[in-house]
Amino acid sequence: MTLPEGKPLRLVFGETVTELAARDPRIVVLDGDLGSSTQARIFEDAYPDRFYQMGIAEQNMLGVAAGMAKVGLVPFISTFVAFALHRPLDQIRVLIAQTGANVKITAGYCGLFTGKAGKTHQIVDDISVARAMPGMVVISPADEVETKQVMAWSLEYDGPVFIRLVRDVTQRLFEPGHKFKFGQVKVVREGRDITLISTGTQTPRVVDAADILAAAGIDAHVVHMPTIKPIDVAGVVAAAERTGRVVTIEEHTVIGGLGGAVAETLSEHRPTRVDRIGLQDHYTEAATDAELLDMYCLSAERVAQRVQKLLASAGPVTSCE
Amino acid sequence: MTSEAATSAVSAEEIARLEDMARRIRVAVVRTVKDRKVGHVGGPLSAADVLAALYGRIMRIRPDEPDWPDRDRFILSKGHSSLGQYGAMALAGYFDLDELFSFNKKGSRLQGHPDMNKLPGIDMSTGSLGMGLSAGLGFALGARHLGQDFRTFVLMGDGECQEGQIWEAAHVAPRYGVDNLIGIVDHNRFQQFGWRGETAGHRLPPQESGDLVARFKAFGWRTLEMDGNDMADVVRVLEEAVQPTGLPTAVISNTLKGYGVSFMAGNYQWHMGVPTDEEFATAMADLGESEGGAA
Repeated sequence: MTLPEGKPLRLVFGETVTELAARDPRIVVLDGDLGSSTQARIFEDAYPDRFYQMGIAEQNMLGVAAGMAKVGLVPFISTFVAFALHRPLDQIRVLIAQTGANVKITAGYCGLFTGKAGKTHQIVDDISVARAMPGMVVISPADEVETKQVMAWSLEYDGPVFIRLVRDVTQRLFEPGHKFKFGQVKVVREGRDITLISTGTQTPRVVDAADILAAAGIDAHVVHMPTIKPIDVAGVVAAAERTGRVVTIEEHTVIGGLGGAVAETLSEHRPTRVDRIGLQDHYTEAATDAELLDMYCLSAERVAQRVQKLLASAGPVTSCE
Repeated sequence: MTSEAATSAVSAEEIARLEDMARRIRVAVVRTVKDRKVGHVGGPLSAADVLAALYGRIMRIRPDEPDWPDRDRFILSKGHSSLGQYGAMALAGYFDLDELFSFNKKGSRLQGHPDMNKLPGIDMSTGSLGMGLSAGLGFALGARHLGQDFRTFVLMGDGECQEGQIWEAAHVAPRYGVDNLIGIVDHNRFQQFGWRGETAGHRLPPQESGDLVARFKAFGWRTLEMDGNDMADVVRVLEEAVQPTGLPTAVISNTLKGYGVSFMAGNYQWHMGVPTDEEFATAMADLGESEGGAA
């Protein structure tokens, strides 16, 4: 059985920031001319005076956000991750991260799903980039339920937060009663044979992969890690100790992202073999979402195949087939 | 230059007081660079008059209450001129002038480039050029959003105006009619190295004279021009700049890099540099200070 489809996280972003604004007058939205894509348009309709169109000029937008935050507002950023993080990186570093400005970088279109926009828009190193920056919290929620909670939590936290959002329909992992706990992993399936750690909208696909593995007699322990920074050291160690072998799976490069963070943590705290499934050291290309997941070995079927191969192999397995 | 007699509202005594404050900022800059054997010197010297006018008269600030919510904001976008800002802040009463001698030392609040998390009274950290006007636009929009009436002053360099981000901010600001935002460009006609001129020793200015006024005007700003090394003109123009007109205001402050010290003025090699003992004595004499006297 597979997990059901959920609401696209961009829609959840537009709806949630609007809901939150009803009870938190500090909230403003700064848009880089993509509100019709990121769904910040919902906020603009509800609160035109709290919506600041900054045009196609993202270095300025992040600088303006820093200034607004320092007079007590809480700016949420509306644009694609390429323009929310990579293009204004130095502005984020100097004006936001170094000063601890209370800016929420709600980065849209993270990962592979960009409506076939291809290499320029497919950002699969954002976790690595954001995580390397001192003072930056990095969260990759799994679905609609968790994204809402992460956004609400971000208002209680005084400082910069990077939130990884996804354009298209993905699967729903959590029931409405789920509670996001900042800085903590969440065990989403108990198992004994191998630990699978995932993050963001990849986790539901890993849960489905665990079902496929179960049919093949492999009992996977699946851990969801929404907060990538600060990392839950105890949670990662406990997950590793559970089975003695760890595989990380992310819709992101294996260099410096979730897999990198888990490998760093375990090598210092509980040396354990870690295999990393994710994008290799290359750029990506346009295709349908289903084709992309298949090409890059991130569909439930591909993840299950890969884990089985890893279990049968003494060394690393890097090919997708 | 647009130098005119000071308006009758500002007394000759007041201008003289501010001129002396600017002189003391220059003395503090040169003294600190000499003592610490490091620091940018040409930029702070060109901007000293504007800094004295802002901290000594124009800005509504409470040095003993640096976090006062209604204070006017100031951003030194050309963050490498920090010594000039530190001198102005010390003379305004934020801290003792002697603290300048801690400049860049381990544990100092006075970093090479201003750090708002270390030094109360710094409204925004800077040091990577081109960013201050955007943060200032954020202050200005925030003030209006929150119904506060403080003004925001951003001091930029003319070389810095080569950064594209300045023009991103310049493009957006008039759309919001932020007349509580005053951008001042210290147009001192030099940058660190720049383009080679006629000879190896001649460097071209970062912008041709008049270009910056035309550019800000083309972006929809109200523009004013002043002789930034003439206190009467500085006070007159800055007092005009804070009058709201529905547009952000750009003040092009025509200055000379290294102003006030004979051998530094107009010499691109004094972007950074440490004077020898002889040069230091000359500088102090140029600034009307007997060597060894209190700054």
